[in-house]
Amino acid sequence: MKKITIAALAAIMASSVAQAEIKMGVILGFTGPIESLTPAMADSAELAFKEASESGKLLGGETISVVRGDSTCIDAAAGSAAAERMITADGVAGIMGADCSGVTTAIASNVAIPNGVVMVSPSATSPALTDIEDNGYFFRTAPSDARGGQVMAQVVIERGITDVAVTYENSDYGKGLSDSFITNFKALGGEVTATAAHENGKADYSAEVAALSAGGSDILVVIGYLDQGGRGIIQSSIDTDAFENYVLGDGMIGQSLIDNVDGDLTGAIGSLPGSESSGALMFLDLAASAGLDGDGPFRAESYDAAALMVLAMQAGGNADRATIAENLMSVANAPGKRLMPGELARGLEILAAGGEVNYEGASNVELTDVGEASGTYKILEIKDGAFNTIDVR
Amino acid sequence: MDGFGTDILNALILFANFVFVPALSYGSQLALGAVGVTLVYGVLRFANFAHGDVMAFGTMITIFVTWGLQSYGIGLGPLPTALLALPVAILGTIALVLFYDKTVFQFYRRNRSAPVIYLVASVGVMFITNGLVRLFIGPDDRRFADGERFIIKARAFKKMTGLSEGLSLQVTQVITVVVAIIAVAALFWFLNKTRTGKAMRAYSDNEDLALLSGINPDRVVMVTWILAGTLACIAGTLYGLDKSFKPFTYFHLLLPIFAAAIVGGIGQPVGAIIGGYVVAFSEVMATYAYKKFLKYLLPDDMAPSTLMQFLSTDYKFAISFIILVLVLLIRPTGIFRGRVY
Repeated sequence: MKKITIAALAAIMASSVAQAEIKMGVILGFTGPIESLTPAMADSAELAFKEASESGKLLGGETISVVRGDSTCIDAAAGSAAAERMITADGVAGIMGADCSGVTTAIASNVAIPNGVVMVSPSATSPALTDIEDNGYFFRTAPSDARGGQVMAQVVIERGITDVAVTYENSDYGKGLSDSFITNFKALGGEVTATAAHENGKADYSAEVAALSAGGSDILVVIGYLDQGGRGIIQSSIDTDAFENYVLGDGMIGQSLIDNVDGDLTGAIGSLPGSESSGALMFLDLAASAGLDGDGPFRAESYDAAALMVLAMQAGGNADRATIAENLMSVANAPGKRLMPGELARGLEILAAGGEVNYEGASNVELTDVGEASGTYKILEIKDGAFNTIDVR
Repeated sequence: MDGFGTDILNALILFANFVFVPALSYGSQLALGAVGVTLVYGVLRFANFAHGDVMAFGTMITIFVTWGLQSYGIGLGPLPTALLALPVAILGTIALVLFYDKTVFQFYRRNRSAPVIYLVASVGVMFITNGLVRLFIGPDDRRFADGERFIIKARAFKKMTGLSEGLSLQVTQVITVVVAIIAVAALFWFLNKTRTGKAMRAYSDNEDLALLSGINPDRVVMVTWILAGTLACIAGTLYGLDKSFKPFTYFHLLLPIFAAAIVGGIGQPVGAIIGGYVVAFSEVMATYAYKKFLKYLLPDDMAPSTLMQFLSTDYKFAISFIILVLVLLIRPTGIFRGRVY
């Protein structure tokens, strides 16, 4: 009789543990300047959470449910409120996000870090985030723009371009990347003939374009967002034939730019964090089998951000906030078994058995000692109405 | 010497492409908006803050009708379909402003309220209109220009003339200027030649005297609103055609429009038109970088090394403020001696 009661109790306890879902937050700008990019990013992150849940091996069969929040990309107050709600009301264990550098900085320093919640951003690339006082709670699978600007500058110089005009979106992201680009470009012997910031959401960018073109350069470097001012600048420039070709920052890369600009963008080049490694290709297959297109900005990074948090939970054997923070670095870097996208189940098994993993994932994840990706970049060129990868570095 | 001749041509074309043409079309849009504001001020004696959002409302109707026409395959060939939709939109905008007059402004007129009360009421109307537009069409950026985009493309111009600078002329820029000229000419004909127009001017000059000579005030008020609505709808549609339609930018337009009306002398239609161009040209010229322009004109050793830009483009909007402050300090009545209460 006693045995039966104990067995029943054990069964109830076991089932109640399995039923308690782990809540994870996904906070991205579902409205705002990059709203055309974020749905696919969120889907990619949720793909990793689903993979872990369905494997049945996460902390002995736990499942993850996702809470989505809108970072708005530009409105720090709205983004912080969404994160606050996620952490206090929904009780998420970790946050995949945010996206744009400005809101990410605000959410991290005002909400996530004070509450001891890990944030893994797939796309915030501002160099300022490298030095953020994060107490070990902020990570990113996107590399810093300090590296992004360097890559862009090299690509431009290698094309034999010696002088450019630069316009950047007036934000943490735009300023950071453009500063890095300009410093590196000048160091490589290039000349910047004019710089002008632009604001988002204006009807008319002809004044900015006029000032930029007055420097005399034929090439315009556009660092901004493709659904916003960046597109306006390019449209206005095409209308007045101010520039012959464009170099695009990572926020400008997406099919919607080509579709919405009235004019020919053939020959424009850009760089974007990402790679064509075996991991990247495996991710494309994995996404395709789930009905997603994995080939797009920050989708691989989003998947990896989510995967890292799942593995960190498993490594510490607990789905609480502190465990994720403590174990994230160890699952991302060597030593351990290399893990590719789609191999989360195997990774969870190894960790459960007390082993170690080194998550490579879709974007060759290798975190530096401050917890950010060291950075592989794809170089793209617009040809026949689409972005084509021409190089990886 | 031949080289210098082409240099001068290049400099002029450069200036036309980046300064003159954009400023002329922007100025025409501001002028039409400012005339609407100034008419309401002259006859009804208050600053109508809702004007920018009424422009957005009119443009919204134009866009809806344009979409409708496009779905039936009706168009104007090389011209934008929006021109066909404009008359309907004008009627819609007139209906809106007359509705606002009946429901809001009439009450204050009957009570002979102070201008500042009108002004605050118009701020309320502004927010309501703003909300309505966002509710119906959403806050997004929309381009609704169709047909041909260019009369001359910059690259084609370069090929044709052999110059190193190109001039691009967009269909919408030309339409803007042409429509603005027609609208303004029609307005002045109406104000100066017709009985109703004369009655309006009389009412504007001296309300009591006008009433004594048998002018029907309700009719004058109605005609003023009809004119203001028509002008707002035309100005808004032209701005949207030339640039793009986004409710928020129309709200922002209010500042340069008021600056234009005040510079010209508020209550003076001619002044509002001049004011529109003054504001537009100052905005564009003060933020343009003259390096390339001067490089064509000056001998090589005197070519400027800096951008020769008076103000960064970030400060474009500040120019309206600067003009406003300067005018209020130096000549508060504006260029054409408008009324100041």
